Amino acid sequence: MSHHPIAAAPSLFDRGILTRATFDAFLKLDPRRLVRNPVIFVTEVVALVVTLVFAEDVVTGSGAPAFDGQIAAWLWFTVLFANFAEAVAEGRGKAQADALRKTRSDTLAKRLLFDDPEDSAHSVVSSLELELDDLVLVEAGDVIPADGEVVRGVASVNESAITGESAPVIRESGGDRSAVTGGTTVLSDRIVVRITAAPGSTFIDRMIALVEGAERQKTPNELALSILLSGLTLIFLITVVTLWGIAGYSGATVTVPVLIALLVTLIPTTIGGLLSAIGIAGMDRLIRFNVIATSGRAVEAAGDVDTLLLDKTGTITFGNRLATEFLPVPGITAEAFAEAALVASHADETPEGRSIVALANGHHGVVEPAGVEGASFVPFTAQTRLSGADFAGRSIRKGAVDAVLRHVGIGLDRAPAAFRDAVDRIARAGGTPLAVCEAGRLIGAIHLKDVVKPDIKERFAELRAMGIRTVMVTGDNPVTAAAIASEAGVDDFIAEATPQDKLAYIRSEQRHGRLIAMCGDGTNDAPALAQADVGVAMQSGTQAAREAGNMVDLDSNPTKLIEVVAIGKQLLMTRGSLTTFSIANDVAKYFAIVPALFVATYPELGALDVMGLASPESAILSAVIFNALIIVALIPLALKGIAYRPVGAAALLRRNLLVYGVGGLALPFVGIKAIDLLVAALHLA
Amino acid sequence: MTVFGWLQILFVLALVLASVVPLGRHMARVFAGERTFFSPAVGSIERGLLAAAGRSSLGPQTWLGYTLAMMAFNAAGFVLLYAILRLQGVLPGNPQGFAGVEPWLAFNTAISFVTNTNWQAYGGETTMSHLSQMAGLTVQNFLSAATGMALAAVMIRGFASSGSDRVGNFWVDVTRVTLHVLLPGSIVLALIFVALGIPQTLLASVDATTLEGAKQTIALGPVASQEAIKLLGTNGGGFFNANAAHPFENPTAITNALEIWALLAISFALTHTFGRMVGDTRQGWAILTVMAIILSGCLVVAYWAEAGGNPLLTALGVDPSLGNMEGKEVRFGSAASAFYAVATTATSTGSVDAMHESFMPLGGFMPLLLIKLGEIVPGGVGSGLFGILVIAVVTVFVAGLMVGRTPEYLGKKIEAREMKLAMLAQLILPATILGFTAVAALLPTALASLANAGPHGLTELLYAYASATGNNGSAFAGLSADTPWFDATLGIAMFLGRFGYVVPVMAIAGSLAAKPRAVASAGTFPTHGPLFVGLVVAVILILGGLQFFPAFALGPIAEHLLIPTGRTF
Repeated sequence: MSHHPIAAAPSLFDRGILTRATFDAFLKLDPRRLVRNPVIFVTEVVALVVTLVFAEDVVTGSGAPAFDGQIAAWLWFTVLFANFAEAVAEGRGKAQADALRKTRSDTLAKRLLFDDPEDSAHSVVSSLELELDDLVLVEAGDVIPADGEVVRGVASVNESAITGESAPVIRESGGDRSAVTGGTTVLSDRIVVRITAAPGSTFIDRMIALVEGAERQKTPNELALSILLSGLTLIFLITVVTLWGIAGYSGATVTVPVLIALLVTLIPTTIGGLLSAIGIAGMDRLIRFNVIATSGRAVEAAGDVDTLLLDKTGTITFGNRLATEFLPVPGITAEAFAEAALVASHADETPEGRSIVALANGHHGVVEPAGVEGASFVPFTAQTRLSGADFAGRSIRKGAVDAVLRHVGIGLDRAPAAFRDAVDRIARAGGTPLAVCEAGRLIGAIHLKDVVKPDIKERFAELRAMGIRTVMVTGDNPVTAAAIASEAGVDDFIAEATPQDKLAYIRSEQRHGRLIAMCGDGTNDAPALAQADVGVAMQSGTQAAREAGNMVDLDSNPTKLIEVVAIGKQLLMTRGSLTTFSIANDVAKYFAIVPALFVATYPELGALDVMGLASPESAILSAVIFNALIIVALIPLALKGIAYRPVGAAALLRRNLLVYGVGGLALPFVGIKAIDLLVAALHLA
Repeated sequence: MTVFGWLQILFVLALVLASVVPLGRHMARVFAGERTFFSPAVGSIERGLLAAAGRSSLGPQTWLGYTLAMMAFNAAGFVLLYAILRLQGVLPGNPQGFAGVEPWLAFNTAISFVTNTNWQAYGGETTMSHLSQMAGLTVQNFLSAATGMALAAVMIRGFASSGSDRVGNFWVDVTRVTLHVLLPGSIVLALIFVALGIPQTLLASVDATTLEGAKQTIALGPVASQEAIKLLGTNGGGFFNANAAHPFENPTAITNALEIWALLAISFALTHTFGRMVGDTRQGWAILTVMAIILSGCLVVAYWAEAGGNPLLTALGVDPSLGNMEGKEVRFGSAASAFYAVATTATSTGSVDAMHESFMPLGGFMPLLLIKLGEIVPGGVGSGLFGILVIAVVTVFVAGLMVGRTPEYLGKKIEAREMKLAMLAQLILPATILGFTAVAALLPTALASLANAGPHGLTELLYAYASATGNNGSAFAGLSADTPWFDATLGIAMFLGRFGYVVPVMAIAGSLAAKPRAVASAGTFPTHGPLFVGLVVAVILILGGLQFFPAFALGPIAEHLLIPTGRTF
């Protein structure tokens, strides 16, 4: 299955985005904006202090202007690099928002004059003048002026503007396909739409706001992490400020720029600088998956989901039941039965009908008798609940077992034993039996089966490895449901489910402290969607469902819930791993800076300089440069997110600890030494 | 290092390990309000005391109610102790005829005993009357320990309960812990101590005639009883100024081993209490393993440093075969002295059987490091457990993110509120220790108290504030601490280190208690395996180490590196 992203996803380092981000990085130096990010804000403040010291050096001709100036420059770079990371992440969203904005251009609306869908008298107004509950007429070729609900008529609509999918969809009044979105185009027929969103708060407006990050607020987990980072910053601030007194006692003279260099290398600037970029990139990944989350909170919750409620139809099984087996009663040959079934279904365009034809053609090698095109087709009606054909004097009907039995005028107990066994067996296997009769006589049964999607069992095994339970929701009876559940490999199922059952199930899981995700499209799904921790509404669904969920899937593909979970996990993992990396880095920085600070007082402390750095000044400068460059080096990782594999928590932790914990301990030793060689070679310090 | 030295150490560690399960199970019953082994003996006292308190004050409290009750109780304890010390001259039970204690010293001592620090800016046998020792200090030895254990119970309940804002009742907890754990334990231990030769008498002193014919007055008193609770309750305030190095407090190698066991036993056993109460004893063993790893690491370094002898003295012709014996008792030797030093600072005890001041730089560094890591391996009774659980919460937060979930510890989600409170608690230690040290390091009044210059003097200062803030109470004895500056600032440090830390921790417990307990799945990483143990060890070392590394570099590390050069100050 392919999907078409709303806007062509810009490559990671698109030229236009980079240029804009470089410019934005300077704009973001505004302390009023930066104060939201305490770690980088502190860096900016001390960068300013070192700059003042540098100015004093230059003016008074004292101190070490070359050294102080370089420290000041690299501290500013540290702040700019962090701003740049955020700007790049935002830039990708802005490019997509621009593409969306084009679809929002002011359109004309045919507003009905009277509050009556039957009366098509209307006046043409700008779409911006529309108000809630106005009725508008939309005809073939018109752009739908705003979000609304079809109250009359049926039309095919091109929704590619928001879904990227060019095949038209049907929108009709009543039922679950009544929602239309502003900016999409009616291709045929005419509909009357009741406006459900005021201008400026339509679905597209909300999407633009979301991808631009205008509504971005810190998510709960991001907030908790920020607190940890601020706490660490405060602790290191205490360490460095008090060092002034302690070093004074020891007779060591430490200058303000040097103490500040120590502070900035110790506080978690790496994760602090990348934190908001990681969050924005997470939302962005969802959008490229054609899923719009109404808040970052929902994306995080997706990573925490314990239980997935999945509708059977369309998610676990193909939407349609397919004929898999013919079971004629004794006295009827397999070929004769196949031919009768073929004739009865020849003109039946339902998927079931076509699958019967395919089974007869393919498996049984029966071909259509000549002249079958002329047969008179008897369509399915709600009254008879039968369909079939009259052809060459034969009258063949097929339908639900009870309907066919009523048609032939007998009860199940008087049907042939072989037929009763067949019906029973089909039901137990999770299938639906379809009875066939000819000329008032029962001739056999067709096994219609829910076909489980081929790779779904592996997907569920993956989910289980991630620690997520899958629960199948179906309207089938418990016997059928159990059979399909075991074939698909779900952990649990709710049979004969009503919307109330779903809601009750969600509530009971939540009481046990579990987080639930589900997807749905119907109005009757809305309460459950709202109750679930992650509710993914299908774009094709009703307005009520789209309002109730906290995500909308533009492709209306319920299996995507699984990807949504992976994206949520990836977001949290990227934060955690870079935090670990950032803190682990401090060890090497201490070994670079502490001996450099005190070696003049106690030459023996040179023993701690395990990297053998060129000079104290070079050691301090190299640590500061490494600290700034590592932010840039990690931007691609922050934007792409670290790889998630469904291998279970312990294995995942071991792997990430090895890469980001142990790697974070070792890498700066190598990096600082390399920079030191360069600094010494260029005589920078 | 010798095989015999290690055998002594392993023997005591084996004893500690053997007592973890029975003691841990017993305390779980005490916290749960169930009948215990001692109920027949103390049940009627317990009922009588609680009945006197009145039923209305004994219902389950919120964390805030609990904390306020605890603060009120400790404030009353402070006032009472301060009054006794100031008035001891006119109160009975003063056969030595001591005058009232000076105001600053009384302030410092009262805070010191209420906060379970037991920092002694005084010499016991020359300052305190019997009444002050027994009704003042020893009473607070019981109550400060009981307070710590009650708070640990709250933290455990925070994890164990599901969706309730009630965390127990302070008055019930403190009464039960005192009557069912500390009192019976101290009585048994005191009797054993008496049997092993520690005096227990109300006489002030005896006179002896020495071989030279001189008359010597030897101070005496109710030593054994105070010794028992000083260790069991990780208090550390000795009867004598020389503390457990004094032959009446610690006469033999056997009493020494028993004392080390006594100061480690309850803190280690509380991990098992924790495991039982949260319904998974493996969780307790994981925490115990973290404690044991760090404790053992420090022990190896300290014993190694002390066993090697002092090269500067060796060069002068001193035999190094017994190790660095300066400031050590010959009856203990370097192994038992290093072990005692590490154990007393790994807990919040602070009693000493040798002078830490005279340890080798690295040998003295280990006690300092253990105090600065927060005294959580295993830490003071109760305070060690809730301290390490706060670190575990921080660990779980980072590790949990790394597996892609909102972090959970024992089914409790760790969110912004918990992180805020945990960081607040973590700030207390560096802010107080480094803040006061930095000011003192620049203040001539303070520097006048130092016995040494150079890195060793810095270590004395760091050690004093670390010991006070960590509620340890041991000293790098070179510091003359009974000056108004030190009495006041160390008193403030003790107060902040205890109550500034405990209030946010109790808020964490309350916040956790109110959360539903989620069931673990394959997506939650296990907090009872070696991976988690290793991670908590790393977080303790990195978080604690990084805060203090520059100060350590100028103190013990510089001093260690200076030894081969022979440079002194």
